[in-house]
Amino acid sequence: MQRATSSPSVRSAGTPVGARDTRGYRAFTVFNTVALVVVSLFMLYPFVTVLAQSFSSPGAIKAGMVSFWPVGFNLDTYRAMAQDGLFWSSYRNTLVYTLVGTTIAMVLTTTFAFVISKRHLRGRGVLIGVAVFTMFFNGGLVPNYVLISSLGLKNTMWAVVLPGAVSVFNLLVMKSFFENLPQELEEAAQIDGLGWFGIFGRIVLPLSKAVLATMVLFYSVAYWNDWFSAFLYLDKNELFPVTLFMRNLIAGASSSASEGAAAVGATTQAVSANIQAVTMILTIIPIVCVYPFVQRFFVSGVMLGSVKG
Amino acid sequence: MSTTSDRQLSAPAPVLDGPTPRPPRADVGRSRPARRSWRLSLRRDWQLYALAVLPVAFLLVFRYVPMLGNVIAFRQFRPGGSIFGERWVGLRYVEMFIHDPTFWKVFSNTVILGGLTLLVCFPLPIVLALLLNEVRKKAFKRTIQSISYLPHFLSLVIVAGMVMQLLSLQGTVNQIIEGLGGEAVPFLQRAEWFRTIYVGSEVWQTVGWGTILYLAALTTVDASLYEAARIDGANRWQQTWHVTIPGIRPTMITLLILNIGTFLNVGFEKVLLLYNPLTYSTADVISTYLYRVGLVSNNLSYAAAIGLFQACIGLVMVLSANFISRRVVGASLW
Repeated sequence: MQRATSSPSVRSAGTPVGARDTRGYRAFTVFNTVALVVVSLFMLYPFVTVLAQSFSSPGAIKAGMVSFWPVGFNLDTYRAMAQDGLFWSSYRNTLVYTLVGTTIAMVLTTTFAFVISKRHLRGRGVLIGVAVFTMFFNGGLVPNYVLISSLGLKNTMWAVVLPGAVSVFNLLVMKSFFENLPQELEEAAQIDGLGWFGIFGRIVLPLSKAVLATMVLFYSVAYWNDWFSAFLYLDKNELFPVTLFMRNLIAGASSSASEGAAAVGATTQAVSANIQAVTMILTIIPIVCVYPFVQRFFVSGVMLGSVKG
Repeated sequence: MSTTSDRQLSAPAPVLDGPTPRPPRADVGRSRPARRSWRLSLRRDWQLYALAVLPVAFLLVFRYVPMLGNVIAFRQFRPGGSIFGERWVGLRYVEMFIHDPTFWKVFSNTVILGGLTLLVCFPLPIVLALLLNEVRKKAFKRTIQSISYLPHFLSLVIVAGMVMQLLSLQGTVNQIIEGLGGEAVPFLQRAEWFRTIYVGSEVWQTVGWGTILYLAALTTVDASLYEAARIDGANRWQQTWHVTIPGIRPTMITLLILNIGTFLNVGFEKVLLLYNPLTYSTADVISTYLYRVGLVSNNLSYAAAIGLFQACIGLVMVLSANFISRRVVGASLW
């Protein structure tokens, strides 16, 4: 007990204040470790097998030989994809949509969060209500589609970029962050004659780098992963983001499989399994590469949100 | 420059005379102070209101106009015409879907799929969080956490692609089945497998991420409670049951409310990616049905009626789940 109270780190795990390691508990620890390892292997396995397939020969995939390790190692599919103009234009589109979308979303979210974080503001309740209500009731698929079409946004980047531009969850996270900034700084700035624009740009934003980074990440992952609005509103190949490119690959594969024809179907399916695997890997890579560095931002973002919620 | 001086004078005002307004001419009239202070706050805070203009315009156009656009559920709609429709047709489209057997089929599919997802995906993160909480090696715990969060960041398209690869005739699952001497099963073409596949992939993608809030809640459980429980002779299992679980109950309830509220929105996009005509009998849900009716077959008003119905049920469910939990356990979202 003495030991536990003296080391604060133990407390945070909520673990046994000096619990004696009974035999039962030791058995549990072993079981627990094994269980968690098994769970994480399950989590990782799909990545591993896709990676293995992307390096395997189509014949090996067709024969159902590929699981953990590439069979018939080759880079042919990667080389083929490197030549694929449509794939790279989709990739570039995804980058552009993510960049533009995140920028717009950040401008709208930060300004609005700043405004509704000002407790003295008249009409603040109405402004918050206008935003929060959209969390519980949304227009739905058809009216949104009609709106986008009648605004003439179909087959433009804006159909993909605009509709997702304000996430109320992110907005509330940011609002609670701004509310917790020290008021004295703003008051001092006001006395020095700084307007709200100045306070926002010169005081609040520089103090909020951490939360801004979190929001940028939230939004850019959402835009990077989005496929549905592109699927709804874009008909032209050259506008597709990479997720839609991928979707069309798997949709093609599954329709050829359901058509059945065992002999012919199997070859095309196995070939496209290769291409699919490579496309998936190339789409995941950016996320997996940044993930280790940004994971804690995401976690802290979720926590901030829960404080509010 | 006048605005600046205004601010210098009036900015601290809310702090000073917030509770007891002391306008110099408070006796002038009852309606005056309200109007005057609106003008005052406009003058003092016009920059704040200016900052709010764009976001509010955005919300009005991209959130509220579609909400109003739902009136096409009660109006005839002509493609290329007004987005609010041409003329009233009353409840024609509502009656249409009420008498549509396919609608009730997809409705029950939605309830079953949503119910299964809730049943499986709600408790599993709690279990995982409790297991993680027992881990004492920090590095090990952090590694497991990182791995289990990762699927959350993938596009649904990628998840669907992985599901298809794993379950294809050459995929891992069929390799195992054949290794054990069985016949390969074309899982994605079998209606009876769809629910398992859907829920399974949902677990894969959400279970790790779902632990975050529970792990945070677990760190706030008072350590002295464990001590007291131990002195009372509670073993580890009893400590978990009587101290840990009650400690995270508010989090559990909040998340349960959120889950129940969104229960009918079963992952529309994922179903759309994974289903095919062969599996419609179990896979087709309200949102995919209205997608096909509305946007593929261009029956927009009919689909809008279904969508409105679904949105209303969703709203009622959130409100009632919140109401019940406030009455029964005293925790609520707002």
